[in-house]
Amino acid sequence: MKKSLLFPDFTVIRDPDKCIQCEVCVRQCAFDAHSFDKAANKVETDASKCVSCLRCATMCPTGALTVSEYQQNIRKNKNWTDKQIKELYKQAETGGILLTGMGTDKDYKIIWDHILLDAAQVTNPSIDPLREPMELRTYLGSKPDKIQLKIKNEKLKIEKPLSTFYSPLTKLPPQLKLETPILFSAMSYGAISLNTMRALARASDECGIFYNTGEGGLPKELYKYGKNTIVQVASGRFGVDPDYLDVAAAVEIKVGQGAKPGIGGHLPGEKVTDEISQTRMIPTGTDALSPAPHHDIYSIEDLSQLIYSIKEATEYKKPISVKVAAVHNIAAIASGIVRAGADIVAIDGLRGGTGAAPTRIRDNVGIPIELAIAAVDSRLRGEGIRNRASIIAAGGFRNSADVVKAIALGADAVYIGTAALVAMGCHLCQKCYTGKCNWGIATQDPYLVKRLNPEIASRRLVNLIKAWSHEIKEIMGGMGINAVESLRGNRLRLRGFDLHENELKILDIKPAGESM
Amino acid sequence: MGCSIAGIIDEKGNRFSGEKIICAIKKMYLRANGLGGGFAGYGIYPGNKDDFCFHIIYNDEPVQKNTENYLKHDFEIVKGEPIPTRTVKSIVNRPLLWRYFLHVKDEIKKQFYEMTEEDIVMRSVMKINGAQTGAYVISSGKNMGIFKGVGYAADIGEFYKLEEYSGYCWLAHDRFPTNTPGWWGGAHPFGLLNFSIVHNGEISSYGINKRYLEEFGYQLTLHTDSEAILYLFDLLLRKHKLPMSLAHKILCPPLWSEIEKMPADEKKFYETLRIIYGSALINGPSAIIVSDGKRMFGFTDRIKLRPLVAARNGSKFYLASEECAIQEVCPLKKGDVFFPKVGEPAIGSLG
Ligand code: SF4
Ligand code: SF4
Repeated sequence: MKKSLLFPDFTVIRDPDKCIQCEVCVRQCAFDAHSFDKAANKVETDASKCVSCLRCATMCPTGALTVSEYQQNIRKNKNWTDKQIKELYKQAETGGILLTGMGTDKDYKIIWDHILLDAAQVTNPSIDPLREPMELRTYLGSKPDKIQLKIKNEKLKIEKPLSTFYSPLTKLPPQLKLETPILFSAMSYGAISLNTMRALARASDECGIFYNTGEGGLPKELYKYGKNTIVQVASGRFGVDPDYLDVAAAVEIKVGQGAKPGIGGHLPGEKVTDEISQTRMIPTGTDALSPAPHHDIYSIEDLSQLIYSIKEATEYKKPISVKVAAVHNIAAIASGIVRAGADIVAIDGLRGGTGAAPTRIRDNVGIPIELAIAAVDSRLRGEGIRNRASIIAAGGFRNSADVVKAIALGADAVYIGTAALVAMGCHLCQKCYTGKCNWGIATQDPYLVKRLNPEIASRRLVNLIKAWSHEIKEIMGGMGINAVESLRGNRLRLRGFDLHENELKILDIKPAGESM
Repeated sequence: MGCSIAGIIDEKGNRFSGEKIICAIKKMYLRANGLGGGFAGYGIYPGNKDDFCFHIIYNDEPVQKNTENYLKHDFEIVKGEPIPTRTVKSIVNRPLLWRYFLHVKDEIKKQFYEMTEEDIVMRSVMKINGAQTGAYVISSGKNMGIFKGVGYAADIGEFYKLEEYSGYCWLAHDRFPTNTPGWWGGAHPFGLLNFSIVHNGEISSYGINKRYLEEFGYQLTLHTDSEAILYLFDLLLRKHKLPMSLAHKILCPPLWSEIEKMPADEKKFYETLRIIYGSALINGPSAIIVSDGKRMFGFTDRIKLRPLVAARNGSKFYLASEECAIQEVCPLKKGDVFFPKVGEPAIGSLG
């Protein structure tokens, strides 16, 4: 074998005083970094195989393992970084495109960290969420511009219920009711394990929110969580049949994804197990290919037709969402989607995660979600059609403050994917595409899948959603706001710090230091 | 502390002098700091009751000329005159104050055939105020007018000789501005068409209320959050044709936990209202009195962070920040006074 020029990413240090040769690490590492050398009768490590998922270090009963950055660096060079050089070696050795998992790790400026929130002082009392009601309930779907009434009785008495005098003539289109403005982002069966899906479904049920099947179909055993399920119809049309549409609370047409705009998907045949073949409705062992575009959508009219076909198929009882990647022309695209009849527009930004994507695409295509939300919300308002659809923002939401900022910029709710996986144990090693996730999340290997206990994982997700909701209430209370609808699109409560004038203009927020 | 507000309506339509409302608001002078005060009077121009009456503040003569030319384009000016004032020591730096009685020209009605006369008036008001040239239309209704400026309300009332007017409904406001500097256009009441409003409080939802209103063609140019409430009323009552009581439920909706407990029909109704009109919800401490010339309507925010008392005595209905203001102008008996409950408006109506 030719000698590879690649040097390791990580160093694994085993403390000989602590290691008891129990071989736990050997069993835990699906990347085979650890092995037991029978001859020497001791555990060995090949650090070049390590992806730094920290599974072995976490599980080691004596804490003998330390994983750290590989120290023996090539001469420092800001332009030709280690990462660049390794990628060149890799491509020189394989001739292939580079693959990766999760969202981009490039150090683009994170606009969230340059937006500051407001709080009330003196003239406008802050509200204590522990004493006063604080409402996060959110409805996603198309809303009429106004209500029309039938007047039953002219002589109104305030003591009597309103419905004895008026009845609404306006019929509300179908809505998704969320107890907090957060949903779990699309992650498909195949990319993630069944246990991961079970955890997401259970947690959604318990929190009064929704999870999204992604494009991999819906395993029959999860049908009981239908009222908390958004099912996807993507270019591969995997798993789409009448039952699938019927059981869901909403249907999402996936046009694109932030991690790989303009790119299809590819689930290798070895991952298409019996169960996956059944849910995806394709033969076991065949590659599951999602074409880049939907083969029936080549323009906005085609999208509209698909939206209405699904509306017909579901008898106009479910909101239809369209998910797109945040690309340069996102405002106009979103406006087109709303006019095409979508009830929800889901926008996935530059930092959106994925199970597998070409590295170059993931790291270079799209625009930050912060700018996309602002541009889309402003555009829809400018056209007077903001009511017609809800906006879900996605792509790299890290904490509740990001969520509050997104809502204040104009999103109705946010999708979280990576944050939810991390809550379940993901260590962001970015190797999801290998199918060897040591944390039992992005894998179908029965031995690895068992590592994620859906009961415990769902508890951790519920805790996360509860914690974020509490924090959102705390922040809102500080602003003197007690209902999330008064935060939504309320850009006056945001200030930009260290942002360029053009960024401020697109975000439509004032710089820090400028008052009302 | 915040500002003080007061309102009196005679439910039989009997007109009474502006002196009464001046006395009422004067009693609460401790709540103000002399940076703004004002009044709205209804029924004060019976001789021109069918004309739109614009009260306009001008910074200088050239602006007045330009604005009058603009008015002449859309309207027949039945009468234009300075608003009468007298010298009051504490009132200084007064702008030019004019009033005009106007008819929408027939050719303009033809040109904008899809609009009502009121829509045309609103369009003109938004144009003049939005241009920010130093001309501000501060009221534009029929048989009503707004009188306001920088100073204590009682002095402003004297300055405008309000005791010489008589009307059947009056609102008043004495200001303790915190978020905007005192300027004549920024004092309360705010008015558009027949609506006028006085507000004690601060709206934490202003950012979204403003953007929501802009979608319907309103321009918020007065640098004050209270303006938004006025336009929300105009939108809901005039454009969406909703009754006042429903508009109130949109601006200050019951909590979801209360809605959950309602009977099915009622629950559905409120749910629909909140879902459609979420962006119109007014958040933040507020006590508000609004009138459209037919009713006077008082309410507080959803958790009542600002005071409001009401009283009924004979044909008169009173609202004020403090009971003392009502006591000052009307010998109240036991049982006359009541405190509007959270989420319930207090209403006095004509006829
Ligand atoms: S890949 Fe994970 S389990 Fe394997 S050696 Fe590295 S840190 Fe340990
Ligand atoms: S899901 Fe698994 S493979 Fe993917 S980044 Fe997380 S720990 Fe690594």
